[in-house]
Formats: sequence, C-alpha cells, structure tokens
Amino acid sequence: MVDTTVNIGSLKLKNPVVVASGTFGYGDEVLDLVNVSLLGGIVTKSLTLKPRDGNPPPRIVETASGMLNSIGLANIGVKKFIEDKIHLLRKLDTSIIVNIAGNTIEEYEELIILLEDHAGIDAYEINVSCPNVKEGGLAFGTKCDTTAEITRRVRKLTKKPIIVKLTPNVTRIAEFAVAVEGEGADAVSVINTLVGLTVDVKTQKPKLSTVTGGLSGPAIKPVALAKVYEVYKSVKIPIIGLGGIMNWSDAVEFMLVGARAVQVGTANFIDPAVGLKIADGIEQYCADRKLAQVVDLVGALKI
Amino acid sequence: MKQIFAKIVNLANLGNSIYRLTFEAPEIANTVAPGQFINIRISDDSYPLLRRPFSVYNKVGDKLQILFNAVGRGTAIISKRKEGDSLDIIGPLGNSFSLTGDFENTLLVGGGMGVASLPLLYSEIQVNKIPVTIFVGARNKESLILDYLQNVSCATDDGSDGYKGNVVSLVEQYLNKNDIIKPKIFACGPPPMLRAISKLADKYNILCEVSIESAMACGIGICQGCPVERIGTTNKYSLVCKDGPIFESNTINYVLHG
Ligand SMILES: Cc1cc2nc3c(=O)[nH]c(=O)nc-3n(C[C@H](O)[C@H](O)[C@H](O)COP(=O)(O)OP(=O)(O)OC[C@H]3O[C@@H](n4cnc5c(N)ncnc54)[C@H](O)[C@@H]3O)c2cc1C
Ligand SMILES: Cc1cc2nc3c(=O)[nH]c(=O)nc-3n(C[C@H](O)[C@H](O)[C@H](O)COP(=O)(O)O)c2cc1C
Ligand code: FES
Repeated sequence: MVDTTVNIGSLKLKNPVVVASGTFGYGDEVLDLVNVSLLGGIVTKSLTLKPRDGNPPPRIVETASGMLNSIGLANIGVKKFIEDKIHLLRKLDTSIIVNIAGNTIEEYEELIILLEDHAGIDAYEINVSCPNVKEGGLAFGTKCDTTAEITRRVRKLTKKPIIVKLTPNVTRIAEFAVAVEGEGADAVSVINTLVGLTVDVKTQKPKLSTVTGGLSGPAIKPVALAKVYEVYKSVKIPIIGLGGIMNWSDAVEFMLVGARAVQVGTANFIDPAVGLKIADGIEQYCADRKLAQVVDLVGALKI
Repeated sequence: MKQIFAKIVNLANLGNSIYRLTFEAPEIANTVAPGQFINIRISDDSYPLLRRPFSVYNKVGDKLQILFNAVGRGTAIISKRKEGDSLDIIGPLGNSFSLTGDFENTLLVGGGMGVASLPLLYSEIQVNKIPVTIFVGARNKESLILDYLQNVSCATDDGSDGYKGNVVSLVEQYLNKNDIIKPKIFACGPPPMLRAISKLADKYNILCEVSIESAMACGIGICQGCPVERIGTTNKYSLVCKDGPIFESNTINYVLHG
C-alpha cells in the first residue's frame, strides 16, 4: 500500500490531486459526474467581496493545445457563497480550499474575516495573479512588495493554511515565492495562466473581448514545470504545481521537479473525472516503483 | 447529466459538408428533452483540446443523432470517425424548449444547422396535438436538411428551392397572409437570424424562444465561459450551457452577438 497523503502546512490532503480554481465551479455542479470525495481537494472559484458579472463575451477561445480565457473573475460573491454553497461543501469528504481575490489589499482582509466565521473551510488560496481584471488582479501579483503585503495581512487573520497563487507573468517567480514564504505563507501554487492573445485574420480583430486573456492547458506545461523547478530551488514551503496537467504522467513530472501536490485545471473541462484518474495513476506509478509514499516523488528529479 | 462512451452505429454524409451521426446512448435518450445538447470529446489528443457541443437532432429508440456541419478542425475529425468507434459524450445538457404558456399555435423556424434543434421538438408538439407550421432556411437547395419534418416551407438565399431570401422574411410573409391565433415561435439558427426573428416577435407581439450558441469550454456550468447578455434579469449575464441554450427572445441583448 502506498501512502498517498501529503501535507500542505497543517492541511493533510488524502492524495496530492486537487482541482484548480475556476475549473470546478464551487464543487457542487459536478456531483452527478464525479465522486469528489476521492479527490485530494477542491479549490473553489475565486471569490470577491461583491458578486462580479465578469467580462463581455467572447470569453473563451481555443488555441493550439490550450485555451485563452478572459472570464474576469465572474463569481457569486462571498455572501452568496456563505449562504448557498458552504454547507454543501462542508458535507464533502475532501479538503476545501477557498480561493479569494480582492480589488484592494483591504478587500483580501475583509474576505478572510467574513469566511473565518464559517466552518467547512480547510485552507485559503490567495489569488494575486488573475490576468483578466482591470483593478487589482495581475497588478498585485506582478509587484513583489504588494504580494508580500497581502500575505502578511491575511496571515494575521487566520490560523488556517495560506496558499499564495503566483503568476508566471514576472521576470523571476522565485523572488515572489521567497517573499511570501518570509511573510508566513504555508505554500505556493505555481502557476496561474500566462497572458496570451489571438487574432481573427478575417476580421482583423482580437478573438477575445478583452484583447488579451489567460493561456492554460497542455500548451503551458513546459513553462509551468520550469517555474515550479525554479521555485523549488528557492523555498522550503510546499509547492502545489499546476499548468497543463492532463494525466497522471504530467502530474508525476510536476512532483519530480518539486511539487508536493498538483492542481488540475483545464483538463476538468474535457473530462470532469480526470482528477480521480490522475490520483489513481500517481498511486500506481509509486506502487510500480515500490515507493512507500507519494511524497518520495517530490523533487526526485535526476540531473 | 451523464458521461458515457457511446458506440457509433452510423455516420452519413447528407451532401456538402453536412453529416448525420447516429450512436447508441440509452442513458441519454431516455431523458433528453427538445433543445438540449451533448458535448463530444473530439479525440485523446490535445489539439483540438475542448469538447464540441451539438444539439440532439433526434432519438430513434435507444439511439441518438446529431446533425453537423464540418466547418473546422474538430468537426472534420468527427466526420472521419467509423461505425463501431466509441464516442465520449456528456449529456443531456442545458435547458429545453417550453411547451407551457399562453399559445395555441406553434411556428418552428430553423436556419442553417439550426434545423438540428427541430425534430425532437416537432415530435413533442405532435404528441401534444398542437398545431404547427415549420420554416427552414438554408444557403441553397443542397444545404436544406428536412428529414423528420413534414410540410416544411423552405427559403434559400439563392432561390434554388422555395422562397428566395431569408427564412425570417418568409415567416413574416406567412404571418401577414394568415390569421394565426396566439402563435409561439421556436427558433434556432445563426445570430443574425435570431436577432431578426426576435425583432419580428416583438413587432407582432408573439411569444418566442430562441436557441443560442456560444463558445464553450466545459458545457456544464463550471468555467463561466459562455455568457449571454440578458435584459430585465438580476444578473447581467446568463450561462448559455446551463441557463440556456433556450431563452425567451425578448430577454436577450443581441448587441454583442454576431
Ligand atoms: C449549444 C450548441 C449546440 C450546437 N449544435 C450544433 C449542431 O447541432 N450542429 C452543428 O453543426 N453545430 C452545432 N454547434 C456548433 C458546433 O459546436 C461548432 O460547429 C463546432 O464547435 C465547430 O468546431 P470545429 O472544431 O469544427 O471548428 P473550429 O476549428 O473550432 O472553428 C472553425 C470555424 O468554424 C467556426 N465556428 C466555430 N464554432 C462555431 C459555431 N458555434 N457556429 C458557427 N461557426 C462556428 C469558427 O469561427 C471557425 O471559423 C452547436 C454549438 C452550441 C454552443
Ligand atoms: C476558465 C478558467 C477560469 C479560471 N479562473 C480562475 C480563478 O477564478 N481563480 C484562479 O486563481 N485561477 C483561475 N484560473 C486559473 C487556473 O486555476 C489555473 O491556474 C490555470 O488554468 C493553469 O492550469 P491548467 O493549465 O491546468 O488549466 C482559471 C483558468 C481557466 C481556464
Ligand atoms: S461552457 Fe463552461 S460555463 Fe458554460
């Protein structure tokens, strides 16, 4: 038997496979299709203080081995999440990681304060890096001091694990990881989407309403792996690796370069149950190699 | 909603680049309602990556059919699948046309591949014994697909069959010539056609439901990628995949579409 559990700070995941924010709704939409209690965890869609309509259509366009999105953090807002969703999530036998995004630093604080009153949340993921919103968004995540400041402020408000989700749209991502580690972050998620653009040559217009959007899917995997590797060499806190993971073998690559857990994003759109298959595949890979625990894979890259 | 592997039993080319695909899907056939769609995985490769949505065209016992136009990479790949291949599909998805409400006659209007939404609805209308008139428009005679429909009035852009011009003008002509009591329109087609039929419904003060298309990533309401702008609703946008694809025409803001 392989021990599949991994620790992210004080959070113990039953296996290292978590579904990524914005790619699994609030966890309740897919219960018909997926036995979610077999997942390591669910990261909910980014929540903001006020509900957000999101950006005008078109919000999605397919690219070679990937997709560009400009959803614009469309979400029901923290109040409705607390009223309508939290009780359902609480019943699921998997770790619930609530992802939050603010327009200002104070909004991150307010979000944590509101959520702290409610049972059922196992950890927070701090989204400082959404490329698709005008205010806040990427403007925070590309400034190291602001990212550190947000981490410091939310750290004071909760004992639950804080996971900071970093953007690859910076020169050296490791600097950001080091900064948030210094402010008490328990882990980092690496990476959010890469800024991208596609043009319709017939109309000579951008294919997304917002001109640029966030690139995700298999197209970004090599970039994501390099970023995880860079961060792994720089910090001691756990890394949750993501970006283009479609199957167990992709996930094992991320663990070998230093990720302790992985998140699956775009792949959920193609196969909502893919997370379970990836968890099984990682376990089988360890069993085949006679590894006692999946954490033995972390950073086991041979160079 | 279920994810199943369905066996292809027939793939027929109906002329031009239009295909009809028939597959075994008892789990979905048992529950599907007119206007709903399914989401098909193209291949195990990562390009094309996303599933492709198609209206359920018809059901024949345990089997389902879709009607599609091979317009791009994904549909080209599906057009080359073989009998006996299995198809990874999720469905049935979305809401359905509504036969409740204050009307006595129905007008079914299909433009281009929009005709794919009509046969299931037509069957249900027949079961309910509601008077129905059907209008189908296409670019030319070869692109007119009228299987499973009866007494259809046709329009073609080039005049090669039926009325020369667009199908919405044909519907307007029909309304002007006939005294139809309390009609309700059900329409599916490209955005400009839907906008025109909505205007027509407004002008004649007729109930009208339209089936909308949108680029989709998930098809099940988890990506927030398929919004349509609404009028008179609390939320600015609704999701085409989950709240739709069927909407009352006067609740849609067409400005941004097509
Ligand atoms: C709810 C719903 C139901 C649908 N039902 C049907 C159906 O019954 N039959 C059918 O043939 N199609 C239907 N479609 C459209 C179908 O999904 C597209 O034709 C398909 O996505 C094109 O995929 P592709 O990979 O071949 O084209 P791509 O390679 O993605 O695109 C190739 C070209 O086709 C155009 N295109 C892409 N999507 C559409 C679209 N939605 N409508 C028109 N042109 C498009 C692109 O702009 C591009 O020029 C439906 C779409 C939705 C959202
Ligand atoms: C449609 C879509 C919506 C997303 N929404 C969010 C979000 O609300 N918050 C967030 O932190 N990340 C969001 N992301 C980013 C993903 O969580 C993930 O970081 C990214 O897609 C890379 O992983 P992938 O290639 O496996 O998809 C979104 C991604 C997509 C494709
Ligand atoms: S396609 Fe994902 S929400 Fe509609």
